[in-house]
Amino acid sequence: MTVAFARRLRARLPGARWLVIALPFLWMLLFFAVPFAIVLKISFADAQIAMPPYSELLTRTEHGITISLNFRNYLYMVQDSLYVSAYLGSLKIAIIATFLCLLIGYPMAYAISRLEPAARNVALLLVILPSWTAFLIRIYAWIGILKNNGLLNNFLQWAGLIGEPLQLLHTPIAVYVGVVYTYLPFMILPLYANLVRLDPRLEEAAFDLGARPWQVFLRITLPRTVAGIVAGSMLVMIPVIGEFVIPELLGGPDTLMIGKVLWEEFFNNRDWPVASAVAIIMLLLLVIPITIFHNYQSRELEKELA
Amino acid sequence: MRRAGSNSAFSLTLLGLGYLFLYVPILSLVVYSFNESRLVTVWGGFSTKWYRELFADRQLMDAAWVSLQVAFNTAWSAVILGTLAAMLLVRFRRFRGKTLFGAMITAPLVMPEVITGLSLLLLFVHIGDLLGTPIMRGMGTIWIAHTTFATAFVTVVVASRLTEMDRSLEEAAMDLGANRVKVFFVITLPLILPALAAGWLLAFTLSLDDLVIASFVSGPASTTLPMKVFSSVRMGVSPKINALATIWIVAVSLAAIFAWRVMARGERRRRAQQRGKR
Repeated sequence: MTVAFARRLRARLPGARWLVIALPFLWMLLFFAVPFAIVLKISFADAQIAMPPYSELLTRTEHGITISLNFRNYLYMVQDSLYVSAYLGSLKIAIIATFLCLLIGYPMAYAISRLEPAARNVALLLVILPSWTAFLIRIYAWIGILKNNGLLNNFLQWAGLIGEPLQLLHTPIAVYVGVVYTYLPFMILPLYANLVRLDPRLEEAAFDLGARPWQVFLRITLPRTVAGIVAGSMLVMIPVIGEFVIPELLGGPDTLMIGKVLWEEFFNNRDWPVASAVAIIMLLLLVIPITIFHNYQSRELEKELA
Repeated sequence: MRRAGSNSAFSLTLLGLGYLFLYVPILSLVVYSFNESRLVTVWGGFSTKWYRELFADRQLMDAAWVSLQVAFNTAWSAVILGTLAAMLLVRFRRFRGKTLFGAMITAPLVMPEVITGLSLLLLFVHIGDLLGTPIMRGMGTIWIAHTTFATAFVTVVVASRLTEMDRSLEEAAMDLGANRVKVFFVITLPLILPALAAGWLLAFTLSLDDLVIASFVSGPASTTLPMKVFSSVRMGVSPKINALATIWIVAVSLAAIFAWRVMARGERRRRAQQRGKR
């Protein structure tokens, strides 16, 4: 009787299982999901000179509670050409940079997946290592290389290829170099994970049947790595759309990117509601790519489980 | 004729060029940190004076101390939360909200930092409103922000280790009557320890590296190292930053060599186990 009761009591009490679920779940809910609701709320507020610098949506008057939603911030996004061209600029830079990463990263991932198993880990480590050195410092390195009197211009002049130094820093070229340099490992890793799982016998069979190397690549290898290509592209494209540091340090005043606009609205203009509206629109643009990435990520986990 | 599954000279050349692209900028930083001249790209002879100036820079050293403390705390909290989250995703069959949880864990991996930073700052301001007193922004708020996004990365690392792990040991222990908590600490934890170490290092470097999120959620009294470096790089290049970069690169390389040796040892042990099983 008492034993059964104790067992029932223990089943009711929050046990280890409950604790394992609750702690990370509540943390991510409070610090990742809830903040988005607050951003959404503030994007409908008015800017005010106060602390915090926005108006309340709900005000209690003698007639009850009034809600004042303000769509002006979103109207700005459509009417002011600055925001529209910043969104388009980010999208263009992200797409071209993703393509460049794929162009450089695919051959590297391919070569690494075909090394001896013992050499693969070292080769991968060499790809990841630069991204462990501070991001800012790597961007700073490119300033030293791309400046008018920087390493690259000095080298080209010394080689007699150019007479006058080329203007590279503070141009879109510098932004592309910085983005590709920073995000290349994020492209290589999922591609490698995909390539290394391919069955080499398929390619062997194609070779035996007389296919040329490029035919084998286009018809056997490439179609089997679509998942890796999609995952790598999302890992590069999504964060690049919101990138702030690279356009700020390597780009010129005409390099419009939406992450930079958000930063300036927040820190320079202190307009929190407009910054929130910029963030909400950016999130809406990112929902589809993030969903694609999430599906890939959960499929990967399940594939390993199977 | 080319054998399938091996590299041609062409693809090895492309790989080499890729590594060149990755490492030339880093090497140029190291070389010019020993440059006598203030002009970062003109060689004026060997000198270590920029290292002396770096250590004499009080503000930079204070910022470095703030960053190290935050990174250390972040690494521990992210490993604990990330391990729990990974257990949740891999070992727990189904529970209400698992899909939502999976989404909350993968989204921070790609979320643009400006959005994360802005949303967390607004959260802190809001909580302050609810409590009636503003929340002091500083190392505490930076720690919370960093833990949140670093947890996502640790979860991925630990979850992939958990999925490839042999479950028969856990099942055997369970059959012998050990409860889940005991099985986790006695069997699972030692087996996933290399992944936890990798996750710890990853969280530490992610935190040490972050500029954007910290800029949003920090207060006037807590400037992190990246924030300090950013403002000085905006002013123009300085060989002091090269010296800082070199120290950083050496530290990271040592950590990488250590991680590689741990990995290699784990690999050898796993192979030996597999041989033993046959």
